[in-house]
Order: sequence, then C-alpha cells, then structure tokens
Amino acid sequence: MKFANIKYIFQKELRSFFNSPVAYIVIVVFLVILGWFFTSNLFIANISSMRTVFEMTPFLLLFFAPAVTMRLISEEKKSGTLELLITKPVREYEIITGKFLAAWALYFLTLMPTLVYYISISVIGKLDLGPVIGGYLGLMFVGAVFLAVSVFGSSITENQVVAFIVSFLIVFGLFMLDKVLFYLPSTLASTLEYISVDYHFSNIARGVIDSRDMIYYASSVGFSLFLGTVVLQKRRWS
Amino acid sequence: MSILVSNLSKLYGDAKAVNNISFEVHSGEILGFLGPNGAGKTTTMRIITCYLSPNAGSVKVEGRDIQTESFEVRKLVGYLPEQNPLYLDMNVLEYLEYAAQLQGVTKLMIPRRMKEMVDVCGLGEMKHKDIGQLSKGYRQRVGLAAAMIHDPRVLILDEPTSGLDPNQIVEIRSLIRNLGKQKTVVLSTHILPEVQATCNRVIIISRGKIVADGPIEDLQRNLHGGEKIILEVEVPGGQSFEMVSVQVRSIPAIETISLVEERDGVKKLSVETSNATDIRKDLFQLCVQKGWGLLELHREKTSLEEIFRQLTAH
Repeated sequence: MKFANIKYIFQKELRSFFNSPVAYIVIVVFLVILGWFFTSNLFIANISSMRTVFEMTPFLLLFFAPAVTMRLISEEKKSGTLELLITKPVREYEIITGKFLAAWALYFLTLMPTLVYYISISVIGKLDLGPVIGGYLGLMFVGAVFLAVSVFGSSITENQVVAFIVSFLIVFGLFMLDKVLFYLPSTLASTLEYISVDYHFSNIARGVIDSRDMIYYASSVGFSLFLGTVVLQKRRWS
Repeated sequence: MSILVSNLSKLYGDAKAVNNISFEVHSGEILGFLGPNGAGKTTTMRIITCYLSPNAGSVKVEGRDIQTESFEVRKLVGYLPEQNPLYLDMNVLEYLEYAAQLQGVTKLMIPRRMKEMVDVCGLGEMKHKDIGQLSKGYRQRVGLAAAMIHDPRVLILDEPTSGLDPNQIVEIRSLIRNLGKQKTVVLSTHILPEVQATCNRVIIISRGKIVADGPIEDLQRNLHGGEKIILEVEVPGGQSFEMVSVQVRSIPAIETISLVEERDGVKKLSVETSNATDIRKDLFQLCVQKGWGLLELHREKTSLEEIFRQLTAH
C-alpha cells in the first residue's frame, strides 16, 4: 500500500473536478434544491431543526453520487488513459481508492455550505448540537457508500451514461430496500433491513453511534471498492 | 540483454493474436516492430508493459519477469501507447508532474526532470497550455516527455509518429534516434521508411508470428537472390532497344533486360541477374567497347517495401 500514490490520484481527480464545469453545476443544483426544501419547510413547521437537510440529502445523493463519479473510470477507459495509468507502478486498488476519496471530498465540500443553515437556526432558535453532528456524520457515511458503489459502476463500462444508469439503479435499490420491507416475509426482512442504507442512517441521525452501523458502512464501502479493483484487474485477461 | 521474450502467446477468445514468438532486444538498440495492421504488434507491447497478461510464455525486462516482478518492470519501462492517450483537461506541466509522481520520481528530482523533458521535447512555449489545446505534434511530444519522465532504461513506443505531418515526423524520429544512444527503444510502426530512418534492427511480424528478424541490410541481402542494375547509356546511330539488349546479353548471368525510359538516343535499362555476381564492371567494359556514353550505372537495393510484401503476403 502506497499512500503517496493514492494521494497523487486523489489530488489529480479533485483538481479535474474543478477544472470542468461538472463539479460547479452539480454543487449548485444540489444546494439550490436542498435550500428550497429547507427554507420552505422551516417556516411551515416552525421548528428549529435541521431534519430537512438530513432527510433530503440521501435522496439527492441518489443523483449526486452517480453524476460526480460517472466519468472517474469510464472516461479513462474510453480515452485510453487507463492504459497509461495501469502501466505505471501503481496498484489497481490505489487507483480506485484515490478516485473514491476525491469524490468523497467533493461531496464534503458540497455539504459544507449547508452549515449556514445551522448558524442561522441557532441564531433564531435553540438547536441541539448532538443530533446535528450525528446527522452530518451519518450523511458522510451514506455518501461514502453511495459514492463507492458509483465508482464501481463507473469501472464496468466505458460509457458515462451507462455508468450513471447502472450506479443509479444499485444506489436506488440500496435506498429503497427498507421502504419495501413491509411487503416481505419477516425472516428476509431483517436481513434486507441490514443491507439498507437508510436504516443505518436513521440510527446515526438520532445521535446513536453503533458499531453495527459503522461495520455496515465500512464493509459496504470496502466491498464496492474491492469489486471495482477486481474489474480493473480482470482486463489483463481480456 | 534488455528485453527477453520467449515463446509468448496471447489469445483473444479462440484467435491467436500472438503465436509463440521469441526475440531479444539488447541494451542500446532501437528495434523496429513492423507488421500490417492487426499483426500483433500492440498486443506484444501491451504484454511487455504489463497491461495484458500472456496466455503462455514469459517476458523478462532487464532480468525481471513481467508477471512475478511486474511492479519493478513498470518502474523500468516508459510506455507511449497507441493513439497517445492524454488527459486533455490538464496543462502540460501538471500532466508531467502527475506522470512523474506516479512513476515514483522523488520529490526533489521532479522539478529537474520536468525541466529536462520540456527542453528535450521542445515544449517550452507550450508548457502552460492545456493539452487539449495543443496540436497533434505537440501532444505527441507531451506523450513522449511523460513516457521518459522517470529516465527509464527501456522505452516502448507504439506508433510514435502516426498522424503527424512530415516535418513533425522528422523531428520525432531524430528525437528517438538520440534517445536510442542511451536507452533500449522498441517502436512499432506500419510505415516502412520509418524503420529505415530510425532503427538498427527490425522484426517483421505477421499474423502473430515473427517472419523476419535482423538488421535491415541483412534482410535485404538474404531475401533477394539476384541483383538489379540500372544502366543509362547514350547509344549513337539510333539503335533500337532490341539491338542494344542483344549486345548487353553477351554478358553471362543476365536474366532479364527491360527498358525503363527512352528519349532521344538515351536509353535507361533495368538489368536483372540470376545470382549475386557483380556485373557492373562488365557493363562498363561493354560500353567502352561499343563506344556508348555511360550516363548512369548503379545497383538497386531491394526496398523494405518489397521485403515486407514478400514476407507478409497472405
């Protein structure tokens, strides 16, 4: 494991996010939609709470994650630069990890401006800090899972649109799982509940940091990145 | 021995892209890898650079195996892939820095190596431009600069001059020739003059197999039994081609005589012999005897084009 390589790839990817208009468009769209829901709900409900941010963000992430990651690997496959990258002394998982971390950092930067909501609410009313920190932590974890899955989605094709659709379908499946549990037999339901992203998120958003949730997030990120690595390694035998 | 390829095979499904080939490249050699499109050049290069794994056989680069010591091999090799893929949204210096970092050039050395490569490849004026704005010739130089950024001992260049204009081709070729003085260079091409202009050895590959291997002069000598001589004479007295040819035929070993060109008494003949004896002296004597004015007399070498066609014709 060479952290230096991961760092170089991370820096390069983060820079190229901001070299192209994609990052700006995605961030602006994300913030505008979130802001609209936040402000309209805030005055209707008249409660000093950031619940809207925490409820809406996973939903917006369904589009955000595939959109920012779709070109990460598929573009390199299409233009042939993947060949350059792989014939350098760099391991496949370093490539995948570096790219994933860049996307995660972009997501972090996108969430940062929403702290304005925290500041403005705490000025007008009283806001409990615990659930806010829990909520943001949870959002970072949910984001990590969605982004890792989408990096895998980008690795399987050289077409960005296909990458977006595949990633969206997987992420959407993970998101919807605990909403359809109601229709399933109870034995199956408890397993599926564990796989569902939202179930674990609601725990953390309440301020409960449970090791089971942590293991869930870490293992699903790890598994997705592992799959992406395998896809890159498989090319040798094509 | 810089590169040692033994019994290498690569399958794509059932098709054999590379079929049991073996060759070696010595240090300081510029090897031309020549073949029609789809002959297996790119596949072989991709195996040497650890992009693809072979189905059988082994490759050693500077004594290191591409499968068990792939990481070491990748440090030793500089590679310019076909079509020269680049990150078009990066500027030249950013890209060179990224390439240097990933190749494991130490932090202290990176600025020095970047400066050297910018100088060697003539990128001075373009170094702050985005690669996407550069012309094809400059992009090719950026690709070469990135391939050499870590001062590799072995350079693998897949069609380094494709898509360039004639001036750029000459520049890139002389760049490669200069590099070849210190490094092992393997370059692939399907353009024949390229090999003649840059390489000291050529391997011709056709349908996944090596059909010829050696210095260009050796190939030319081996493949052509007889010789072809061009003779241009001024014949006085308006003799016809037939009359001249009968007189020339008095020299033994001549197989065919044909008229290349004729204008007011000057005849250009192409004379082919059945074996490699040099008949130029005899032709000269003949001209003196008959009182013909000798304007031109030279031996024609078998061109690489001809060798290539003979070897790769299906």
